[in-house]
This record gives sequence, structure tokens and C-alpha cells, in this order.
Amino acid sequence: MVNHFPGFETFAMDFKETELTLGPPGEFRVSGRKSGKKRGFPEMLDLNLSGPNGRRNDSGAQLEQEASSSPKSPAAKEQLVGWPPLRASRKNAMRSGGSNYVKVAVDGAPYLRKVDLQMYISYEQLLKALEDMFCYFTIRNYFMEPMNGYEYVPTYEDKDGDWMMVGDVPWKIFVESCKRIRLMKGSEAAGLEPRTPPQNAVMEAAEEDSG
Amino acid sequence: MNYFPEEVLEHILDFVTSNKERNAVSLVCKTWYKVERESRYRVFIGNCYATNPERLIARFPRVKSLTLKGKPHFADFNLVPHDWGGFVDPWIKTLARACPGFEELRLKRMVVSDEILELLSKSFVNFKSLVLVSCDGFSTDGLAAIAANCRYLRELDLQENEVDDRSGHWLSCFPESCTSLVSLNFACLKGEINLSVLERLVARNPNLRSLRLNRAVPVETLQKIITKAHRLVDLGTGSFIHDPKSETYQKLKNAMSKCESIRSLSGFLDVAPHCLTAVYPICPHLTSLNLSYAPGINSNELIKLIRHCRKLQRLWILDCVGDKGLGIVAATCKELEELRVFPSDPFGPGNAAVTEEGLVAISVGCHKLHSLLYFCQQMTNAALITIAKNCPNFIRFRLCILDPAKPDPDTMDPLDEGFGAIVQSCKRLRRLSISGLLSDKVFLYIGTYAEQLEMLSIAFAGESDKAMLYVLNGCKKLRKLEIRDCPFGNMALLADVGKYETMRSLWMSSCEVTLQGCKTLARLMPKLNVEIINENDLWDEIPADDDRKKVEKMYLYRTLVGPRQDAPGFVWTL
Repeated sequence: MVNHFPGFETFAMDFKETELTLGPPGEFRVSGRKSGKKRGFPEMLDLNLSGPNGRRNDSGAQLEQEASSSPKSPAAKEQLVGWPPLRASRKNAMRSGGSNYVKVAVDGAPYLRKVDLQMYISYEQLLKALEDMFCYFTIRNYFMEPMNGYEYVPTYEDKDGDWMMVGDVPWKIFVESCKRIRLMKGSEAAGLEPRTPPQNAVMEAAEEDSG
Repeated sequence: MNYFPEEVLEHILDFVTSNKERNAVSLVCKTWYKVERESRYRVFIGNCYATNPERLIARFPRVKSLTLKGKPHFADFNLVPHDWGGFVDPWIKTLARACPGFEELRLKRMVVSDEILELLSKSFVNFKSLVLVSCDGFSTDGLAAIAANCRYLRELDLQENEVDDRSGHWLSCFPESCTSLVSLNFACLKGEINLSVLERLVARNPNLRSLRLNRAVPVETLQKIITKAHRLVDLGTGSFIHDPKSETYQKLKNAMSKCESIRSLSGFLDVAPHCLTAVYPICPHLTSLNLSYAPGINSNELIKLIRHCRKLQRLWILDCVGDKGLGIVAATCKELEELRVFPSDPFGPGNAAVTEEGLVAISVGCHKLHSLLYFCQQMTNAALITIAKNCPNFIRFRLCILDPAKPDPDTMDPLDEGFGAIVQSCKRLRRLSISGLLSDKVFLYIGTYAEQLEMLSIAFAGESDKAMLYVLNGCKKLRKLEIRDCPFGNMALLADVGKYETMRSLWMSSCEVTLQGCKTLARLMPKLNVEIINENDLWDEIPADDDRKKVEKMYLYRTLVGPRQDAPGFVWTL
């Protein structure tokens, strides 16, 4: 379907969503169901319902992206209602649990690393782990002043896309809002340096962490 | 036997506690029926719509304890619309009128309101025990009424309910005179709790044996509580995050090491790695451990913990434990009777997963195992055959392969032979859930060998109506059958309509059954309620004679009291 509208891709996807089908609207089920055929053995093998790309999503937009990117039947990647057979309370617990990997970039390092924020219970632990990971760097300990050119300032990108200094908010809030971490070279981070180190915020954070 | 005094009979019947046996007793003759019904105090009603409150009171006027179940089991997985039914109101209202001595209420999958909880709390002077499992419709205001008014309350047990948590003040409503608590479980509440009120409550209830806290209770409070509750046998922690280097941790570990009585441990609703070491002191005594709500603990930490738990009989855990971890369980927990392994990432394989290897290891090491719920990535026939040989004692066997209709990865065969081995070997099997790729053959095995089977759950399985018929014809003790996404249609549904009066209920969703088939069944069997759940507005526009339309969800059950009056608009009783 040739279409010269700007945002053609989006339009095509929306069109698909409004396409008339014989089945009821609402949640999708296994695509084979609509055809009314009895499910035979070879058809079963084609079902690929929860492969690594079968991520749950509530927003139609993300679903459409997957549909357009893979040549396979998009219906196969959709979520089945009530499957796996788990109570809602367990499903919710799972989603909030699991792992929370974020990328860690260090200025000047040739490649990035990843850490699971759920593995740590305090800033101290995280920064120690990062120091171990990038053992040839020293991460600036914001308790101390002043910093020299070899040290790095830990910063992170939050949910709003802003680059923040690590340590200002309580640990739990940090874990929830951190999307990626960047260890900034000391000299570059000069602008971020507060006149007085935010002792109180960090002390409160430390207390909260040990509580 | 010409003359047998009723008093003697009643005295003897006191020793018959199982309701199954009492039901049998009541069938002997009219006298025995009369004596039995007047002396039955605990009544169990597995489907609240099979009868009604008036009949309950008429037959068992002295009822003191009532267990009621409402929604079908698949409601747990969001397959039943929210307001389908299962309201407890008429039951409480009738009991309030007729049974002032009522003491104990246990509800599962029912709708409870704050008003009803208040009525309950004010109607029964001796009310002792409220257990709500998977219920909804109430808030902490209702709990406040229970706390305030039930002077002799022993048990308040809330398991997995959807509660509107308005504030933690309900806990303050327990008066100072409340000292009779034996069991308090509020783990499912999501809101804040007044911690000092909680501490004082525990301090003045020395008989507390079971205490399960919610996420809002931090480790500091837990530590204080443990030192005060000396008789605690069952503990559910709240949040379990602490720094292993902190003083709190030390205090907690000390408190734990003084706990001689704890046998059952659960909770860990928030936990970070390195926090589990605090509970090592009580692990050697534990018979029951539930870590299934604690994601984020890796396999090694779980293994380290489990090595301390040699006496475990029940273990609920996440699949992060891995096959290797299950091997350690098998080597350590020789007394294990019940195992549940839940998925930590239900929507993708991820790294954390268990396969058939873990379960085989368990079957080799844990010969006392009789109850299993196992979510896994894959299963093979060979493994199931081995498991069946190693563990012939299964009573409950529920296997969920996360990828629906997945075949044996080694042979690409269906898993018919594997499950066939299970039903053949496990002669005491009462509950079975099957998954993976399955043809009609497995159902032939089930119908042939599963003689004690009472409950069967099927999803994405089978090839034809014959499969369902094998089960209906073969499993004489079948009570509950639930089926989703299987190619079973009217032929299977209607082949033996009398069968359904011997069962509690049948659920079929996303199958091939049509409106015509359901209507026919309803016409033939007036003692069944055949309900169609139709959530979908479009259907109202389809002409009434389109009986060929497939039914999305059908739930039928035997009943003494005809169609229910409280069905919402989207439920049609045919």
C-alpha cells in the first residue's frame, strides 16, 4: 500500500488496528483460534508465543513496532489472556522484581558495562562495585572534597531524560528512576560540582539504606 | 438394631469429623440423618450457588463454622469478569438472623463488602475466626469493624485478597482488651501500618502462633516483634531489607537465634541480596519455607539458605533457584512433601529458569514428595517417566510449561507418554494439571488410569472430542474439570450429560462448544446451571437464531436451587 502521508508507518499501523475482523474486539488470543480450525499437531509447532521477544506490553504502539519489525505473524507475539496461570499478585511481584540492569558508561573507556541495580542496597555498595568493575579508575567519593583530575563523578540519566548526580535522592528512588549511569571525568564534571557537598541528603540516604 | 438411643449415636458421631464421612453417615437412615444434621457444626459448601442460605440453616441449624467458595478457579487468572458473582451477603444476613452462636467463616473467591463485615462483626458475640482467600470488594474499614467488635477474635487471616487499603488505622481498632489473637495475617495489604500499634498488639496477645506482616513493616519492627511473640510458630516477614553491617541486622540475628518455636517462614516481600543470612539461625527447625514473593535473590544465595533447611516439608520458591539449586534441594530436604516452583519472569525465558532436569533431581532425592506445582521452560517424556517411577506417591501434580503446547524438545513428540506414566504410576492422584503439546492419547491414559482423580485442568491440548470423552467416561471420581483453548465441542459436551450431576462444575473457554450445544444441555439437565459469560457487546446484535456461534466462556455446575438471581447482565443462564 503506497502512501505518501508523513508518518506513513504510523498510519499504516493504525489502519491495521481498525481493520474489521469477524471476531470480537478486545484482547487477542491465539491466531489459530479465529479460523475455527481444530488445532493440529503441525500447527502447534508454529506457535511461538513466548519467545524472547514476547514481551508483555499494554500500549498498542509498542506492539505494532514488534509487528512491523518481524516477518512472523504478529499475533503470535501477543500475550495470551490468563497465561501463564498465575495470580495477579504473583505477576505483579514478578514484574517489579526480576532484574534491573542499567548500562554504565565511563568516559574514555572503550566499551560499556551493565549492572543490576537490584543487587545492591546502598550507594556505597554500588559505587564500590563500579570501582571494582572499572578498577583502574577511582570514582569520586562525594563525601570528600576536592576532586582531582583522575577522579570520576557518578551521574545518571533519570526517567525524564535528565542527567543527575548520583546520591541526591534516597537509594530506593534512585533505583526506580535510574535508566543509565555515566561516570564523568572529573574535569568535565566541574560544572556539576556543588559549592558545598550535599551532606544531608547523602547522610539521610545512608540512614535509610541501613534501616 | 432395634433400639439405639440417639444420644449414643450423637456421641459416636462426635468422633466423625470429616464432612465426607458425615455425608455418608447421613445417608444410612432417617434417624441417622436427623442426628447427624443436628450435630454438624462445620459445614463446607464448595460452590456457593449449589445451594442457598435457607437450605443451609434448615438442614444444619447448629452450624458454627462455614466454608464457602464462589468464583470458578480460573478467576484467579483473570478469565472471569470482575463482577461475575460470588456475593457473601445473603449468607451472612441469614446467619445473622438464625445463628447467633456462629463462630467461624472461611471464604474463597467471594465478594465481601465493608457493610457485610460490619454486620458480621456485630451479629455474632462469639465470633472467633475470619479467613478470606482471594476475595475482593472490601477495604480496611471493614477490617476495622472486625477488629473493633469481635471481642473474642482468634484468627484474622487474609490471603491474597484485593483490599482497598485506606489507612493503617484499622489495626488501632483492636481494643486493649483484645488478648485472644492466635493468628493474624495481613501480608496482602498494600498500605502503611502504624508500627507502634502493631508492636503493642503483639505484646498483649501472648498466644499468637501465626503472624504474617505486610510490606510496610520494616526489619526494625520485625526484630522487636519476634522478641515479644514467644509462641510464634509461623512467621511472615514484611520488608526484609537491611544492611548486613548494621546494628539492626545484629539485633535481628540475635532475636532469630532465640526463636525456638518458628517452624514456618514466609514473606520477604522486599528483599535484597545478602539479607537472608539473618534467618540462618531458624532454618534448621523450619518445616515450611515460602520465598516465592522474593525476586532478586540469585541462585547461589538461595542455595546457601536451603543448605541450612534440612527439615523442610514444604518449599515454595522461584525458578531463579535453577536446576542446580533444585539439585541441592534434593540433596538436603529429604523430608520434602510439597514443592512449588514459580516463574520469576513469566513473560520471557530470561536466565532464570528450571527445566526437566531440576524436577528429575527432586524426584531422585525427595521420595516423600506428594504435591507439586512446577512452572518450567520445557519438559521431556523421558523425564516424566523417570519422575513417575521415582515418585509414585503424588496426590497433586501440576505442571505448567510456560510456552503453551510445547513438545518434548528432544524428540518433538507430544508429552502423552510422560503424563501417561504419571497417571499410571501415581494411583493416589487427585489433582492434575497438564501442559505442553498433547494429543488425544494422554486423555485416554488419564481416563484409563486416573481412578482417584478429582480435579483436572487442561489448556491448549487435545485434537478432538474423543479426548474429553475419555476423561468424562473414565474418571469416576471427577469433580472439577476446567478446560481452555482446546478443540472440544458439542459432541463431547453432550455425550454424557448425566455425568455433570456427579461433578461440582465444568468450565470451558475458547473451545468449540456452540450456543446450540449449551442450550441443549441446559434443556436436558434442569438441575444444572449452564452459564454463558458474554463480555462482548457485539453479541447482542447477533440474531437470536445464530446458535452456531461459538461460546467464549461456559461455566456449568449442579445446583439444588435453580438459576441464581444475582447474575450480572453479561452472564446468561440458559
